Amino acid sequence: MRDLITGEISSHAAHAVVLATGGYGNAFYLSTNAKGSNVTATYRAYKRGAGFANPAFTQIHPTCIPVSGDYQGKLTLMSESLRNDGRVWVPANKADVAKHPDQISDGARDYYLERKYPAFGNLSPRDIASRAAKEVCDEGRGVGPGGRGVYLDFRDAIKREGRDKIEEKYGNLFEMYERITGEDPYRVPMRIYPAVHYTMGGLWVDYNLMTTIPGLFCAGEANFSDHGANRLGASALMQGLADGYFIIPYTIGHYLAGVPASSLADATSSAFTSIETEVRAKLDKLVDVRGKRSIDSFHKQLGHVMWEGCGMARSKESLEGALAKIPELRDEFWSDVSVLGSKDTFNQSLEKAGRVADFLEFSELLCRDALLREESCGGHFRVEHATPDGEAKRDDERFCHVAVWEHGPTPQRHVEQLVFENVKLATRSYK
Amino acid sequence: MSGGIDLILHVWRQTGRDAKGSFKRYEVKDVSTHASFLEMLDILNEQLVTKGEEPVAFDHDCREGICGMCSLMINGRPHGGRKGTTTCQLHMRFFKSGDEIWIEPWRAAAFPVIKDLCVDRGAFDQVIASGGFITANTGSAPDANDNPIPKEAADAAMDAAACIGCGACVAACPNGSAMLFTAAKLSHLHHLPQGQPERARRTLAMVSAMDAAGFGNCSNHYECEAACPKDISRDVIAELNRDYAKATFVYRERVHKSDGA
Repeated sequence: MRDLITGEISSHAAHAVVLATGGYGNAFYLSTNAKGSNVTATYRAYKRGAGFANPAFTQIHPTCIPVSGDYQGKLTLMSESLRNDGRVWVPANKADVAKHPDQISDGARDYYLERKYPAFGNLSPRDIASRAAKEVCDEGRGVGPGGRGVYLDFRDAIKREGRDKIEEKYGNLFEMYERITGEDPYRVPMRIYPAVHYTMGGLWVDYNLMTTIPGLFCAGEANFSDHGANRLGASALMQGLADGYFIIPYTIGHYLAGVPASSLADATSSAFTSIETEVRAKLDKLVDVRGKRSIDSFHKQLGHVMWEGCGMARSKESLEGALAKIPELRDEFWSDVSVLGSKDTFNQSLEKAGRVADFLEFSELLCRDALLREESCGGHFRVEHATPDGEAKRDDERFCHVAVWEHGPTPQRHVEQLVFENVKLATRSYK
Repeated sequence: MSGGIDLILHVWRQTGRDAKGSFKRYEVKDVSTHASFLEMLDILNEQLVTKGEEPVAFDHDCREGICGMCSLMINGRPHGGRKGTTTCQLHMRFFKSGDEIWIEPWRAAAFPVIKDLCVDRGAFDQVIASGGFITANTGSAPDANDNPIPKEAADAAMDAAACIGCGACVAACPNGSAMLFTAAKLSHLHHLPQGQPERARRTLAMVSAMDAAGFGNCSNHYECEAACPKDISRDVIAELNRDYAKATFVYRERVHKSDGA
């Protein structure tokens, strides 16, 4: 490992290691993830033999503050809870999109979630609410800069319950919104748009949270367990607690009980020193490119390719397009990136460069998984696999399985069948 | 982009902990007023990389005001001085074209500079490690109404728990004291039943860790409260002082009683 402050490289041996390094949403550059979130730990474990499961299962969250310009470094999530009281709408007529929302009468508003999904309305699941927002914006009825936004309106809730009640429930969120946009959501409806939020895929683990590498455990968003193809509200926290408090403390002990204490590897042996040599060589290679383009410019470009090719609506064509562009971008990165500063000190550019280099490889795996999963399932929506009215169409005959990728010159796709003994598979209707 | 603003920045550059630092002048042009302060620094850094100059190092992560990584003294005020606002939530609409902005790292003996605008806030970790937790093992989750907690107590605990450990209180304090931070962490636990069994031990341990880490003493300037991006009230300091006075009487007896247990 590399000490981020001193730049020192060191090796450590352990009987068991837990990776709890989060998800890979920043492959899309713009996401609700923190800026430092990255795929490096799990992807490098994959390259050393750990199976990577369902990378294509990524979640786009419907209630984020829309993109306002190309300088933007991240997107901010407005909590899902807002949909309890807020009503989502866009103007019914394209001609009204530039009007102030107060000037659009109730009759000229399209509360499209309530209209299309009367049973669930504004509380429709994330993937459905996200795609519906994209649809109305694609129709030219989106609001705000670039027409990429829909209203989340609290007018009726404030009228019904009073401002104080709403402030007590959502005060902190309203304040956050006001800070970012400069608009007061008590008076003007919020503008929201979907953004990459969570990644259900991750390292494959067994029920004890151990990966395919004995002794390497993986917890939280970094693993693939718990959420399937679509995570439901608040369950990321649930997984953090379940994995961290209730599973790992017991399964690690169980694993260690079967491993002789004397079996600890020698951190000075050639297995370790050869990896150290590789790590140093990779850092040298990054610093030595001495190109002209900034690291962020590559990350942004990758994010754009991913969002267009492998975002809310994926198709064979869009995925093949992304799969053609990613290797080109990667080659350009390794011939023209500029990583300034020394590798032997605190160097944020070098940290970032290593992470972007990993995203540039991992994104290909993500797209490949999305290409081969020829069905629509949870967060993964393939336009070729939709019902006539545009809803996701699963293919349980062919794809009722976990796809686990094994690293190699060509990644191998393994299949873990999902067997449902007590619950019958069904498709839920939100209409 | 049209309608952007032009700024003159004076940014503290320092290559390492023991190096001598200085302000360096930069100009950034046509910055969108919708950009956050950190996005403005991203723009500056892109500009520097293009010229082959090392980008300015600054701490950041969540960029939505909840992780506590961002810092910066902006024109002499921690996080820029807007009430209840972290640097990442400070937007450029509060500046105007032609403004000169002075950007410095936190300055406190307990927070040495790592590079440029990044400081080592490990001293806060030492304070937390000395007692900012409860030692009971996690069992199964209790039933919701097993442990009734009055709303006032839950609210008070929540208000204190809003502290994100950014260090603005220390940077604002003329003594470099970490009283607001430490007191917030104590208040958070001490309003709840789980915090009671170790209350005295925790108070003494965290105060002594705070002193050992090199933080100064509190002399009631309350600059910390004014600078806190999470609006932590100075009342928590009064709570700490009361707890500390009490703990100095009660704690030693308990140690003797529990010896060998």
